[in-house]
This record gives sequence, C-alpha cells and structure tokens, in this order.
Amino acid sequence: MDSAPGRTLRFHIFRFDPNLPGDKPRMQTFQLEEAPGMTIFIALNEIRERFERSLQFDFVCRAGICGSCGMVINGKPDLACRTLTSTFPDGEITLLPLPAFELIGDLSVNTGKFMRAVSERIESWIHSDPSEEVDLDHLEERMDPDVADKIYELDRCIECGCCISACGTKRMRESFLGAVGFMHIARFHVDPRDKRSDLDWYDVIGDDDGVFGCMSLMGCQDNCPKDLPHQAQIAFLRRRMIAAA
Amino acid sequence: MKVIYSDVLVIGGGLAGLRCAIAAKRRGQDALVLSLVPAKRSHSAAAQGGMQASLANVLRGHEDNEDVHFGDTVRGSDWACDQVVARMFANTAPKAVREMSKWGVPWSRVRSGDREIVVNAERITIREPEESQGLITARDFGGTKKWRTCFTADGTGHTLLYAMDNQAISLDIPVHERKEALALIHDSGVCHGAVARDLVSGELTAYLAKATVLATGGYGRIYSVTTNAVIVEGMGAGIALETGAAPLGNMEAVQFHPTAIVPVGILMTEGCRGDGGVLRDADGYRFMPDYEPDKKELASRDVVSRRITEHIRKGKGVHSRYGDHVWLDITQLGRAHIEKNLREVREICMYFLGIDPVKAYMPVRPTHHYSMGGVRTKPNGESPGLRGLFAVGEAACWDLHGFNRLGGNSLAETVVAGMIVGEYVADFSEGASLDIHTKVVEEALAHQAARIDELTSRSQGEDVFALRSAMQQVMMEKVGIFRHEESLQAGVEELRELLKRSRNIALQNKIKSSNPELATALRVPTMIKLALSVACGAAARKESRGAHAREDYPERNDRDWLKRTLATWRNPSDELPTLAYEDLDVLKMELPPGSRGYGKDVTIEHPDTAVRQRQIEEYKAAHPDADRYQISKALMPIDLPEKYRGKNERVGKGFE
Repeated sequence: MDSAPGRTLRFHIFRFDPNLPGDKPRMQTFQLEEAPGMTIFIALNEIRERFERSLQFDFVCRAGICGSCGMVINGKPDLACRTLTSTFPDGEITLLPLPAFELIGDLSVNTGKFMRAVSERIESWIHSDPSEEVDLDHLEERMDPDVADKIYELDRCIECGCCISACGTKRMRESFLGAVGFMHIARFHVDPRDKRSDLDWYDVIGDDDGVFGCMSLMGCQDNCPKDLPHQAQIAFLRRRMIAAA
Repeated sequence: MKVIYSDVLVIGGGLAGLRCAIAAKRRGQDALVLSLVPAKRSHSAAAQGGMQASLANVLRGHEDNEDVHFGDTVRGSDWACDQVVARMFANTAPKAVREMSKWGVPWSRVRSGDREIVVNAERITIREPEESQGLITARDFGGTKKWRTCFTADGTGHTLLYAMDNQAISLDIPVHERKEALALIHDSGVCHGAVARDLVSGELTAYLAKATVLATGGYGRIYSVTTNAVIVEGMGAGIALETGAAPLGNMEAVQFHPTAIVPVGILMTEGCRGDGGVLRDADGYRFMPDYEPDKKELASRDVVSRRITEHIRKGKGVHSRYGDHVWLDITQLGRAHIEKNLREVREICMYFLGIDPVKAYMPVRPTHHYSMGGVRTKPNGESPGLRGLFAVGEAACWDLHGFNRLGGNSLAETVVAGMIVGEYVADFSEGASLDIHTKVVEEALAHQAARIDELTSRSQGEDVFALRSAMQQVMMEKVGIFRHEESLQAGVEELRELLKRSRNIALQNKIKSSNPELATALRVPTMIKLALSVACGAAARKESRGAHAREDYPERNDRDWLKRTLATWRNPSDELPTLAYEDLDVLKMELPPGSRGYGKDVTIEHPDTAVRQRQIEEYKAAHPDADRYQISKALMPIDLPEKYRGKNERVGKGFE
C-alpha cells in the first residue's frame, strides 16, 4: 500500500475472441490511475467497467487460493489477483493469457478441461484396498502426524497452470504430463492410504511423457505461486521409477 | 432445441453439490453437475479454518459428543435453527470427517504428549492423551464448548474440495463447466431441471432431470464488502425465488465475520483467534475481555462483530484511509506455529498488505461473510414449494444455522448435508419418472432467449455495473451489522427503485457469446430481488436475534418472533417479495429456548418455553436410567438415511 497514489499505469493486454468470426489477435493498451493497494484483479475490473466491457479474464476467490487467475504478467506466469501493481516500478504492465492451454478469449484460458484430463490420466484419487470394509462409525485409521503434514505439503497445489505454461518440455511435447501431474502423484505416493505400487506408477509416468521426459529446465519450480517443491519431487519420482524398472 | 437429460441435475460444483452428486451416482442414479467454474475453483476452497465434528480426540475435546455439538449449534443459532436438522447434522458430522479421511483429506493429526498452546494470551503446556496419537486433531473455534474443529493447517476447504472432486472424477460424474443456470423449468408444482447458458458460446441448453439440486452457495456479492468469492452471487436462490413457488427462508440472516483484512476484505480464519490470537484497538489495548469476560475473542461471530463495531464507534478504532479498523494480533503464537498452521493467513498478509503477521498486527474489521438464509427446504432437502427441487449447503435454508452460524459448521454442513440430502435425492429420483411436455421446455428456452435478445438490442438504458454497485452500497450501509427501521425502510425503497431501473438495462457490448457484461446483466435484476428479500425481511423482523441486530428492538422476542421468514416472488412484475412466516414449535424442541450467555439476557420468553422445560424434566425424572440416545430420541425423534443411523465410536469411550 506504499505506492505513490496517482501514478498512471499502462496496461498492454492481449485481445482475441475466437468466438467472434474474423477477430484477430492484437494488443490493446489502457491507461489507469493507480490506487493504493491496487492489484491486477482490481485494475482489470476497473478497465472492464470503465473502458472495455468485452474484456475477458477469470477470477474467483481473488485471494490467491483458487488458482483461476494465472496469466503471464510482464513475462512471468503468476496469479494476477495477488499481484500488486506497485511491484512494477515503471508502471508498464503487459498481460498475456497462459500459453499451452486452450484460449477462451483475451486472458481467459481453459485450465479446467486440462486439469480434469490430468486427474483422469493419473487417477488422482485414493486407491484403497477394495476388500477394506467402509465403516464410518468406528474410529478413523490412525496416521503418523508427520506423514499427514507431509501429504498436506504436497496437496497444496491449486492447479493454476503456471507450471505448465513455464514448462519447456510441455511446449515441445504435447503429451507430456507436466509438473502439476507429478506433484499430484508425489502426493499420492507419500499417502499410506493409497495402495498403488511403484510398478503401478511406472505404467503412468515411466516414459518420456512422464518423468523421463522432463528436461530439468525447472520453469515449474521457478514459477509455482505456492512454492511447491517440484524439483525435489520430480527427482524423487525419477529415482523411484528407475528402481521400479 | 438442445436438451440434455440426467436423473439428477446438480447446479453448483462446490463441496455440497459434488457430495450430493456422488451420493446419487453411488446409488445408480445418473448425476450431472453444472458449474460456473471448474469444480476445484469453487468457493468451498476458500474455507480455511476447519470442519466441526465431535470426534473428541484431543484433550480439550474430552467429553465432547453429538449432544454437545447439537447444543452449541442451537445456542449459536439463537434458537432459530431447525433442531431436527441440527440433530441430524451433529450425529452425522463424525462420519463425514471419517469418510473424507478415507477419500484422502490429510487431516492434521494428534501428537500425544506435552504441547504448548496459547490460551487467553498466555502460553501453557497441556498433555495430549497417549491413546489419541495419530487420530484426527481439532482446534478451538468461537461459540463452542469443546475443541471440535478438525482441520488441515489453514487449507481445510482446499483439501476437502480436492478430495471430493477427485472422488467425483473417479465415479465419472460429468461437470459441465462455465455454464450458468438462468431459470428453473417447472410446471404444476414440479421442477424438471433448468435452462443454462454456456458462458463461452452463449448457447442455451435445457437440462432436464427428475431431481434438481441447487448447490450454488450464498448471496454474499449483494454486499459491497464481502469475504466471498466473486462468483457468490446467489443465483441458485435467485432462480428459485423467480419460480414464484419455491420460498426462500430467513434471508435477513446474514453473517458478518469479525476479521477480514482491510481494505480487500479477504478472510482471516477464526483459527487465528482459536489458536490464541487477540483483538487490539488503536491503543494496542485488548478490548474483548471488557465486553465478553467469559468467551472473550471466542464469543460467537455475530457477538464479536458487534463488539468490534461498538468499540470503533467509541472512537477506539485505528483510523485509515479505508475507514476505521482494529488489529488482529497473532504474534504471540510464534513463527513455527504460524508458518505451519496459519500459513495461508501469512501468505495473504505478505502479498496483499506487505506485512508479516509473525511480527506485525493485521488490520481487520467485520465484513460480510455468510448467508444463513437461502432456499427453504424440509429436513430431507426438498423445497416445500416445488417437488423435485432440492437445495443443499449455503444455498439452502435447511436451517442448521438459524440466525448465526458457528465457525466450522459451514464446511461441515456442505459435506454432511451432501451426504444426507444426497440419499434423499437418490430416493426421490429412483421413485420418479420425468413427465414433461416439450412445450414447457420450448417456452422456458424461448423466454431466456427473448431476455437475451432484448438486452442485446436495447440501444439506451441503464448501466448494469452502476446498478450492481448501487445495490451493494445500499446493502452495506442500510442492511448491515446494526439495523434500524428508518434506514431499512429507506434501503427497501432504494432497492425497489433499482429493481425498476434494472428492467431497462442497455449493454455497451452486444454480442451473445462470451460477454461478461451480458452475463452480469442477466444476474443483476435477480440479485436485486434477493437484496429486497433480505431488506424486507430485516425491516419486518422487529427483534434482535443472532446476526440480525435491531437497534430499535434490542431484545430477542421469542413470544412474537420465534419463526422463520419465508419470502416468495409471486409475479415477475412484483416490486417486493411476499413475506410469510412459519412458526418454530417450542413443544417439539429437544433444547427449549434459553440464554446464549452473552451480555445481559433481555429475551422476551415464549409462553411454551416453561411448559417444554417442565415436560423435559418430567421425562428425565420418569426415566432415570435412560441414556443420552434414548433421551434424545424420546424428546425429538429424527429420521436419517439408514446408512447414517449408527452410533459414533470415540477413543476410550467406545459407543457410549
């Protein structure tokens, strides 16, 4: 909230609506007076209400929790809702939609469809022992408190898509799973309730579309808004897959 | 005419909707979910602090059980909840937590042995029982007698929603994303589904189903400053209201959370205070013990919000360019605790305020947070006005919360109600067949198409964003924490004027496909009707109860107002809702009305209260050997789906 009030910001925003016949991709510039504590969420809403009603973008929680608002902000994928305009000293802010996802329009991309496909591909749910009886009346199964904390640590991914947009491998190889998928797998791998073995996982990620495809550029690690340990987890999964093979 | 059929149509992909869809699907019913956003982005994800269930694993949860949870919930509601529902809920909550554990939620666990905690601003050491090692732990929350709120750090909603959505994916339940239900399709008192608009292509589709479930969350965005996500615009309740047949319940029951950060209004979980944080004024003075010597910062939310407001009115607030606020101080909890159990809180402060709560106070003030009101339902989740229409979670007035919801009871409601209502939805769907004339469907589609045509062709008229903003200001200023006849009446008149103007909206962007202005224009008139239902209900209710605080009627008046407000919108051309009332029957209550224990008790008693108290005493005297289950069953019988009727085991207690 310390930024000087009254500064004029210049937003350079990618515009293209694939639904409109004949529309062509272009950049459009808007000028806006900065307000104290202004975020890109606040700025984009103001631009839409005051200057350009057709401008498309996605926000839901506007608190950095839901992962809806990933976009490329001055060259780096990040969550727009919690990015303060004051972090850009020259007041020039360029906004592009996340690459590697289907474009809905302007800054809005279809991460939902992508993430559902990832979930289906890696079966991102607990695979328990089917013979285990489901009984909700008895005491819950105990878990080592440290293990529970460790699962949560890896369960904090919000599927914003920044890792996918920052991934060199993904850009070259459409079928590459990507860091979001590896993080989910690492999460289930550490969870004692999930009974899948390394051999089961090998079938999912034991090839170039899986962990062996990663070129270790670590764009995921550098751009994850939740600071998840992508590098360590990909390395860990690689080791496990080599051992399993 | 595009038509999609399913057995069960669920509108809303948050926790409650997904759990309902899962219940139906597991019973062999074909379930389909419509959602404005990808399901994992639903507002359920934002719930930080936790989910109440009386597992009684921790030391300070010792002796907790369904009865204590039930009692806290009823007292918290200021006796306005449906006690049958509160009972169904309290009995099922432990099963819900245990089920979510099986589905992968990494609940934080009990570490047995000595641990340091902060209570009443002092560090003390307690010893967690050996026998609880590795069971699900719990933290303290406001308005509860026991530590009952189960959590995963402060990302509880996130972990629950991910586990739930993944479960839905495993069952192959389709979620149609970026679809907005614009109207319910109904005929002769039966709901047959909804007309939905694709927010990308603009295409209209009739989704037809035997059972339709509204799970769209609350209506927070009718207020200008709210903790709620931007999609929480109350459209589920809105389209129910617009049927003219399905009533909304207690719309005036609106909760303000004591601690959202200034100015952005993002919630700082009650866990901050539950874990030992305190509130301070401009002088750094801890003021809550002066107002509430017993519960202090952990009084119920409505109470703390009012006390903060009172204190600010006395000139003790911290002045800022965004108005006065107080401080939330969690510095005494220490870095290790904050970085582990309150890390979202810390992250939000760092990003939005540039401060580290390990070292600095957070600027907070009461901010709109939760909608206790919603689509009125019976205990089985069905609307009393339209057959085949169900509502669940915050969208519903199932009436678990009455006039004030306890922290930790909303996440719990989403999952528990999803489980229970989901079974009743499946029952209904199994026994029903879709019987609808295509003409009804055609008309419903044509009506929405005509609305869109009108909006995209009108050349001059009202600006939709200006109307929305005016409505939000009226609600904030005139239908807020403290209410008064004069300002409420003025608010109703202003909203009525806005409603008339909203019938003449003109758009700048006239395309029919993806168009945020058009989407807003389709919502705003409905939102103003919801706002009017809140304001009219508040103006009519001449008492103070829970979150509804009338300065001109400070007493809770059980004699005249122990009743639920029902709002319907009879004709589309009406300018005000029609209000009716449904009495709460004291003679059927398991827990007859009493004092909540905050401030001076100024309740005007209901004549049946003393009668009911005597009946209960007589029953207990005549049955000295009855256990708590027998007493509860005799005083207030409830029905639950067969699979949820079992007793809950507790460590060291068995099924006592």
